[in-house]
Amino acid sequence: MPEPIPTVTAPVPKASIAVPPAVPEKPRYFLRFTLGQRSLHAVLLSTFLGLAATGLMMRFSGSIWAIRFAKLVDGFGTILFFHKFCALVLTIAFLVHVREIIARGIFKRDKSIFWGPTSMVANWKDVKDLFGHMRWFLGLGPKPKFERYAYWEKFDYWAVFWGMVVIGFSGYAMWFAPFFARFLPGWALNAALVIHSEEGLLAILFIFSIHFVNTHLRPDSFPMDMVIFTGRESEEEFKTRRPEEYQRMIAEGKSATRITDAPQPWLINFSRAVGFTAILIGLTLLVLTLSAYIAG
Amino acid sequence: MKTVSSFGLTLFSSALLLAATARPLHADTDCLTCHSDTTMQDANGKNIGVDANKFHSSIHGNLKCSDCHKDIHDYPHPDRPAAVQCESCHTDEGASIAGSVHAKAAAAVSGTTTDSGAGWKGHPCTGCHGNAHEIVTKTDPNSTVYPLNIPKTCGGCHGDPAMAKKFHLPNVYDLYIDSIHGFALGKEGLLVAANCTSCHGAHKILSHTDPHSSTYRTNIPGTCGSCHVGINEQYQKGVHGKAVAAGNTSAPVCTDCHTAHGIVEPTSADFRMQSTPICGSCHRDKFSTYRDTFHSQLGLLGGYTETARCWDCHRAHEVLPTSDPNSPVNKANLIATCGRCHAGANASFVQYQPHANARNRKLNPALYYIRLFMNLLLTSVLTFFMLHTVLWLIRSRLQQVKSKSSGGKNA
Repeated sequence: MPEPIPTVTAPVPKASIAVPPAVPEKPRYFLRFTLGQRSLHAVLLSTFLGLAATGLMMRFSGSIWAIRFAKLVDGFGTILFFHKFCALVLTIAFLVHVREIIARGIFKRDKSIFWGPTSMVANWKDVKDLFGHMRWFLGLGPKPKFERYAYWEKFDYWAVFWGMVVIGFSGYAMWFAPFFARFLPGWALNAALVIHSEEGLLAILFIFSIHFVNTHLRPDSFPMDMVIFTGRESEEEFKTRRPEEYQRMIAEGKSATRITDAPQPWLINFSRAVGFTAILIGLTLLVLTLSAYIAG
Repeated sequence: MKTVSSFGLTLFSSALLLAATARPLHADTDCLTCHSDTTMQDANGKNIGVDANKFHSSIHGNLKCSDCHKDIHDYPHPDRPAAVQCESCHTDEGASIAGSVHAKAAAAVSGTTTDSGAGWKGHPCTGCHGNAHEIVTKTDPNSTVYPLNIPKTCGGCHGDPAMAKKFHLPNVYDLYIDSIHGFALGKEGLLVAANCTSCHGAHKILSHTDPHSSTYRTNIPGTCGSCHVGINEQYQKGVHGKAVAAGNTSAPVCTDCHTAHGIVEPTSADFRMQSTPICGSCHRDKFSTYRDTFHSQLGLLGGYTETARCWDCHRAHEVLPTSDPNSPVNKANLIATCGRCHAGANASFVQYQPHANARNRKLNPALYYIRLFMNLLLTSVLTFFMLHTVLWLIRSRLQQVKSKSSGGKNA
């Protein structure tokens, strides 16, 4: 069992059971991620696990676990098929996301996508937050007040974005090598494998160690931040985690538009099951990767 | 079938009864009076009976007993008749076997020379040819040296683990039986399939370390080529064949890739899976760079047996230098060669380097710097965030402990 969770950042149900006497009315919940955004994350999560697992077996094709697993699934063909299948699904998810950005940013002229407090684009505040956060790590200053997306979340986003472009492009270049060779020089196909495998490794190592810890396993979120699965967070969580956004919302008088119901118990349980499975698979793959690296 | 190997021992019972009445022996019937009892044994329990019918239908059936048992002229005959000298008629075979590994092994075991056959466990000839009185021509399916029976005959010793251990021999019989030759011979009954003697010879079997041996390294292409004429022609044109012909004993011969006894079907998944490291045992740098590529990664995990292995691009037997216009990996032929698997391969596609080395700045500068950049990116991102995360973890934990002890809220 995880260690006792501080009241404020406790997962939703526990807080709602433990806190009532202190809070006069029922805790309010705010929507952070829409169903569409959560679905996109779910697709990203599951295809990434599939791509990582199959990709690692190809990258470390000489390792015992890769060969054993390949035998289990009747050879390399199955692994490559699954890798390509996940890649296609992820590509579709990526295109859906890009389509949405274009629709909102260009056709609806929603500039908040490109700049402003809710944009994913880095701004001066992110730089200040990064240094402020580090000062806080060392006990040299107060904790920065984060906006809707903190700098490390923006980094995660752009790392995945860049990763999908780079890994995707190099992957398709290898998949359809003769076609890509019509406009790429031959050595680019050599480069494609180097880039694909190194960038893939970076993504795997980053997600399964840094992202897992930053987002889920650090003491404030332990064992898992459920908001990406349920889409909802309590007012307390909202206020402590993203004070700047909370204050802006209150100041703009937009709280009513974001208030939502408490997550249903089934949703919490389902999210837990999915989240823990993902973390378990991820950590297993991380151990296998590191062991393969150490073994050479 | 128990082999009667020699008459060189006493015929006790007969001798005791008829010791006084010596008389010349005129006909085989005289011998068969006693020896037609097929259960007849000498003092050592060795069977010395002769099946008259089988003897008469054997290849030696028209000979008289004394043609071979030359020291027996009358009866009673000596207690220990001399060993039969087959080479008195079979001169060439006798000479051949005298210098063979079998003769040397026999000498080593007994510590004597082998001219008289004294060192053999049995008789030097009957060990393979079977019962001396029942030998049939080698084209007779009942012959122990009929092509289809040879592996079993040789395997009587060479399939015996004890014997293999004693003489430090690999247990070749099992390997052979499961090989493509063994299968063709044993399962399909192909008379032309290679049996033991096809490669090793029959009488003059020499050690593979003897330059005169048919299985000596540089003689192997000729030995295999006596059946595989077309392959040998290709091999002789290739770099390996030329090197061997020029006396380079480290160049590969047939058995280096195909093995000697456990030869499998070269298009089989097993062979395709196991053979790249064989080329790699000499071409180490090429093997190492090959292993960095998708071709190898596909190949290692199995299931994709059609992925390019060394010989798919370089050919198996007629391996030519890249500079040779006939080489499939000559620039002029690359589109055709790569195109065999990669439909639509064009001039740009074939610039792909199947042996690129991203670790070598001189050979592949572009790839080297791409790899360097990717590695720097990987290490810098991970190092920064690792540090960031660790500091964060410590700080959060401290904050948590502090707020818990003070009863306050954490940040």
